[in-house]
Amino acid sequence: MLSNDVLEPIIKDLPAHREALTGLREILLANAVMCGEIPSPTFGEEALVRFLCDRFTESGLQNISTDEAGNAIALIPGGEGKRTVLVSAHVDKIWDKSIDHTVSVTPARLVGPGIADNSLGAAALASLPAVLDRLGIRLKSNLVLLGTTRSMGKGDLAGLRFFIENTKIPLHAAVCVEGIEIGRLSYASLGMIRGDISVRTEEERDWQRSNGSGAIVALNRVIDDILGIETPGRPRTAIILGSILAGNAYNVAPTKATLRFEVRSEQPGMVARIHDRIAEIVERVNAEDRVKARLDIIARRRPGGIDFSHPMVKATREIMGALGIQPKVAPSTNELSALVDKGIPGVTLGITRGEEKHSIEESVEVAPIFSGIAQLVGVLRAIDGGICDE
Amino acid sequence: MSKIESWLESNTFHHGEFWDLLALVREKERKGLTISLCIPTLNEEATIGKEIVIFKSELVDRYPLVDEIAVIDSGSTDKTRETAAAFGADVYLSSEILPGQGFKRGKGENLWKAVHQCRGDIICYVDADIKNIHPRFVYGLVAPLIHNDTIQYVKAFYDRPLAFSQGIRPSGGGRVTEILVRPLFSLFFPELTALIQPLSGEYAVRREVLEQIPFPVGYGVETSHLIDVYMKHGLDAFAQTDIDQRVHRNQATLDLGKMSFGILQSFLTRIESYGLVDKLPDMSNTFRQFQAEGNRYEQVLREIVEEERPPIITIPEYRQRYHPEADRGATKPSAAKAPLPGKPAKKPQPRG
Repeated sequence: MLSNDVLEPIIKDLPAHREALTGLREILLANAVMCGEIPSPTFGEEALVRFLCDRFTESGLQNISTDEAGNAIALIPGGEGKRTVLVSAHVDKIWDKSIDHTVSVTPARLVGPGIADNSLGAAALASLPAVLDRLGIRLKSNLVLLGTTRSMGKGDLAGLRFFIENTKIPLHAAVCVEGIEIGRLSYASLGMIRGDISVRTEEERDWQRSNGSGAIVALNRVIDDILGIETPGRPRTAIILGSILAGNAYNVAPTKATLRFEVRSEQPGMVARIHDRIAEIVERVNAEDRVKARLDIIARRRPGGIDFSHPMVKATREIMGALGIQPKVAPSTNELSALVDKGIPGVTLGITRGEEKHSIEESVEVAPIFSGIAQLVGVLRAIDGGICDE
Repeated sequence: MSKIESWLESNTFHHGEFWDLLALVREKERKGLTISLCIPTLNEEATIGKEIVIFKSELVDRYPLVDEIAVIDSGSTDKTRETAAAFGADVYLSSEILPGQGFKRGKGENLWKAVHQCRGDIICYVDADIKNIHPRFVYGLVAPLIHNDTIQYVKAFYDRPLAFSQGIRPSGGGRVTEILVRPLFSLFFPELTALIQPLSGEYAVRREVLEQIPFPVGYGVETSHLIDVYMKHGLDAFAQTDIDQRVHRNQATLDLGKMSFGILQSFLTRIESYGLVDKLPDMSNTFRQFQAEGNRYEQVLREIVEEERPPIITIPEYRQRYHPEADRGATKPSAAKAPLPGKPAKKPQPRG
């Protein structure tokens, strides 16, 4: 079988590669620190994109550029160049420019806001030319290194989508890199919608005549009805009520209330059905006297992706196994959905273990990084060897 | 144009002028220069790891600008030495360098011992408490020395970040600079006021200059360096580089008092020895501060003696190591300056 012939030598090299990569420790960590200390909120990623482009330039890459979406792009030409593989990491973080982005470094871990999501992922991308160089690896395929903007929250993968929709290069396969968790093997994406439901009521001028109504009460009716929607346990489906914004005082009923929610499901069509139910509920409340309700969908993904038995997933599992990494296979709502839409097979990999994700004390462990990078190189070599060809 | 104005014009740089590290490394190699980076430490485990990682990655592995990274520690009780060694710095205990000379506690002591321990033609000192560390803290300072043979001593200055200052934004230097050192320089050495941050802990200096000047072991070391180098070589030996922002922990005002006391001691000794004043009276070494407890005020006395190390060229071990030809009948000419990055044969143990 083709994939065994391809995989065997790759798997044999993994321990030696991991060992050799420890020689790049300071370069890997310095890149993580620098990516971590440059603020890069979603829609404000310019500085980090410039840094990545500078790194690509210093590494002697080709076709270094940014596009209209602000992505950082560079090309490592392959020996044959028949295929092109995309390696992408999102460069936006959840943190605003105003917070202290200092990263601290100890022999065991790096600590700082966004270090796991996704400064380390961006650093892996920035370090990849040095990594391949150190390991003496020259791929046959071209590699496109892509630092993507506007991936999180309201960004809704706009950077990656823009690149995939507009690039002239046919992409053979893709690997997305996240700082954590090592072992994650996302190969398919969940269907998902995210939306805001906002309710407006007229102002109550006389509290004695008021029956305590107002926007909160109206929104509460919406929530009650949403909770009445039946969701199957298998395939996994969930409606997540994430946030409520309403009111400022103890004694004034607010005239506006907003609910933020997300629906996700592994079952095709389920998200769309739930969406229709929610839309009906909103319509019903809207029809009530003196209440205006509206539904805004801000992000939408289709479920899909490659199968669990796809050779790329199988190869990735074997590579992880050879490095002693326990694979945690699960669908996700991330970048893969943008690839799925275009029929590009892809997986998402994590580089190390981390803690306190999305807190100021977010941290990543140093020791597993070398396994994480060796795994990334192994998967790229497997794709280069043709495991995605059928 | 006044001397100060023309000096500001010609000898004040911005680190951005030196972004091309490849060109800088080529020029350094063409001139056959070696560069040692010295980081004096005392309990800096929070920031030392990042400094070493960044400097080693950018200035050793990527661009071989720096030939050695030496951490000179005054006996930290935290993980400073362990962390620095883990990331590949050469770690030395100050007390184990030139053991025959004894050990005095103070940053100046570490800087002086570094002149013996570090092998470079240029020594670049960087403090260990910088939160926003970046390679510019080093290349911005050594670049003027690499490019211009007449420059001997390059100081860093900073635009201090607003968010981290305590209320008031200093216009140039820190509080001790603006309240003490700048007024003193204005009175006695007006040209030295051109240095925007005379007390900054980041500077790069040629060995020929460092070996010829004494080192106060405590707070006075930067001030006395400036005066001594100025008296020997004049303002043209100096340059300064704008390093943009430097974020560090802010010191309490009471600690700045101690610092000022030490600086004044070094300063006064100097104006006396250079004959700028007649004999000074005997001065007390006791620094007095007060603390209140309810309505009671209590004196806090502190003995601060700003001791000085002599120019290191006067130490026989140093001459043997760097100028064996000068000592007639020197026994071991092989102890001559070894090419870097060779390490000294007898390396003090980093951890005892």
